[in-house]
Amino acid sequence: MTDPISPPPKKNPQARTRTPTLPPLTRSRAALGLTAAAAEGRFMLQVCDGCGAVQYPPRDACVQCLSTALTWRDVTPAGRLIATTRVHASPDPYFRERLPWRTGTVQLDAGPSVICHLHGDCESGARVRLINRLDKAGHGVIMALPEEATPNMADDPQLREMTADPKHRRVLITDARAPDAPALAKAMLEAGASTVFLGEAEGWRPWPGREALAAMEGVSILPLDVTDTSSARELAGEIGGKTDILINNARFIRPGGMFDRGDTVFPGREMEVNYLGLLRLAQAFGPAMRGRGADGVNSAAAWVNILSAHALINAPDHATFCASQAAALSLSQALRAELRAGGVKVMNLYVGPTDDDWHQPLPPPKVAPAALARSLVAGLRDGLEEVHCGDVARDIAERWRRDPKVLEREIGQEGLG
Amino acid sequence: MSAQLLEALAAALNDGSVETVDLTHTLDPDFPVIVLPPEFGQCARFRMEEVSAYDHRGPSWKWHNITISEHTGTHFDAPAHWITGRDQPQGHVDEIAPGRFLGRACVIDCSEGAARDDDHELTPEAIAAWEAAHGTIPPDSWVLMRTDWSKRSGAAYLNMREDGAHSPGPTPEAIRLLVEERGIRGFGTETVGTDAGQGMHYTPPFPAHHTLHGAGRYGLQCLRNLDRLPPTGAVLMAAPLKIRHGTGSPLRVLALVPRSTDNGEATA
Repeated sequence: MTDPISPPPKKNPQARTRTPTLPPLTRSRAALGLTAAAAEGRFMLQVCDGCGAVQYPPRDACVQCLSTALTWRDVTPAGRLIATTRVHASPDPYFRERLPWRTGTVQLDAGPSVICHLHGDCESGARVRLINRLDKAGHGVIMALPEEATPNMADDPQLREMTADPKHRRVLITDARAPDAPALAKAMLEAGASTVFLGEAEGWRPWPGREALAAMEGVSILPLDVTDTSSARELAGEIGGKTDILINNARFIRPGGMFDRGDTVFPGREMEVNYLGLLRLAQAFGPAMRGRGADGVNSAAAWVNILSAHALINAPDHATFCASQAAALSLSQALRAELRAGGVKVMNLYVGPTDDDWHQPLPPPKVAPAALARSLVAGLRDGLEEVHCGDVARDIAERWRRDPKVLEREIGQEGLG
Repeated sequence: MSAQLLEALAAALNDGSVETVDLTHTLDPDFPVIVLPPEFGQCARFRMEEVSAYDHRGPSWKWHNITISEHTGTHFDAPAHWITGRDQPQGHVDEIAPGRFLGRACVIDCSEGAARDDDHELTPEAIAAWEAAHGTIPPDSWVLMRTDWSKRSGAAYLNMREDGAHSPGPTPEAIRLLVEERGIRGFGTETVGTDAGQGMHYTPPFPAHHTLHGAGRYGLQCLRNLDRLPPTGAVLMAAPLKIRHGTGSPLRVLALVPRSTDNGEATA
């Protein structure tokens, strides 16, 4: 079993905040396939199209038949731990700060043996389950876990380096008024978050559900309007140094094609909230989060954007909303690159139509707030970068990967609903 | 004669015997604006983005880009703002003759009623009572409805409930009396609009907008400091920005008033 992590003590104001260091950054292009798979939490290895051999580590050609036709495929994530090592000395700054560090050799059922990180509960000779996760440098790395769950296994210090578990962390949800805010706040608290800050825009405008949210233990409602630069700066000035996970759920959506209204008022608002809002939050909260990526048990860990699956492809019946989502998606990639230096992950959670007022006339399936919150918590616990919540989002991502042009034509006719 | 008048006014402004009262709220991102059903376009909130502040973005100067609606904060409504005023000549802010921006103001104190009842109405009877005390409202005057509503802040200002906003305003009969019989130039309030919060339920809906603008008259809203004006004798200065085809404009509204006997200091 793993010793459970205790809630961190209050920070010593005289102690210097540790500067984040990262595990090695250099990877070959071939090896980045592992990173891409880890972004979605998939255990994938190169499989040779010619001879069917599964190989690890990634290379440019098959070690069996020299074919260069290698495809990343999902592989059975199981094997036997045949050797273990506990590293007590390392010249690498990142690992030096975290010694001792366990590694091991696993003989995969799929063929190759891999040298991987080792969960503390894995015993030599035992069957293990393998995961492919993003390390603090944002690279895919393989880790062996015990085959069966063990008590407090998520608290293993090496595993926690790969995840953004809400346990003991302080979470900012940027829009308290959003229909998904109650479900998100509840899920974060249930996942062990110590505090949930909720941003409230326009306190002069009452809204239903405020009382219920304010009454939840561990929830603080604070002023935040993502369309107002000074508001974002002020809140970051207050809580930027204790925002460990930021969930940007602020969203403005109005249905309609680009010819329907014939103006740029709603599209402007969509860009203000969905794109510039993200930018304002990033400029206000990003630097402090990047600086706190190694700040103990409740280090800054993750930034979550809730995006429409149609960020990938425009649904013309929601043309301008989709465009704002595409802009946000593009910016999230830059944010990911900026926060990487601190080991802070950026997770994009893609959803299809959500079950709320603005999607009221659309037929199911629609993503319920509770389902969205479940995906979000699971994504954080796995330290993912890309999470597709619900059938519509998964379907769009799959079709987009297959052929974006075909998808453009199809969604161009289907629209959102 | 008029030269002497202006000379005397300038002297009075200098020595404080004529005071200048600021009737304007500060443009602030958190100041409430009118809220419409969400499928309609909305009034832009005031926003300010720093362009530079004596730094790498502009070494010797500080300035901001601001975003506002024509109808954000303390603002002026031109006739073209309302469908009834769409064909009025000089119906846009840029077309209005500048002389129309200066004029006398009558202040009707409805603050007691508004303190008792959020939906307090300005009625013809209340106007008659005011006139009995202060004389008939002169033609081409601004009429300002004092409610002390400007002393409210936050959610209490719009006072929004499930059935909409609740704030004082004129009845259709009262505004018709002011426009058709007294020939006022415009009507000003301390609330977010010239109409009551529940003004959509009158016939016609939004009677102040309907009647004022339909007759080519103006509106002023989100005023403050009306409690510092005398019932009669104040001169109002309310010049909107010269926006091409503009239907209104945020503005600085000032009132010139005789120095109050119990307060000799100039007010701002």
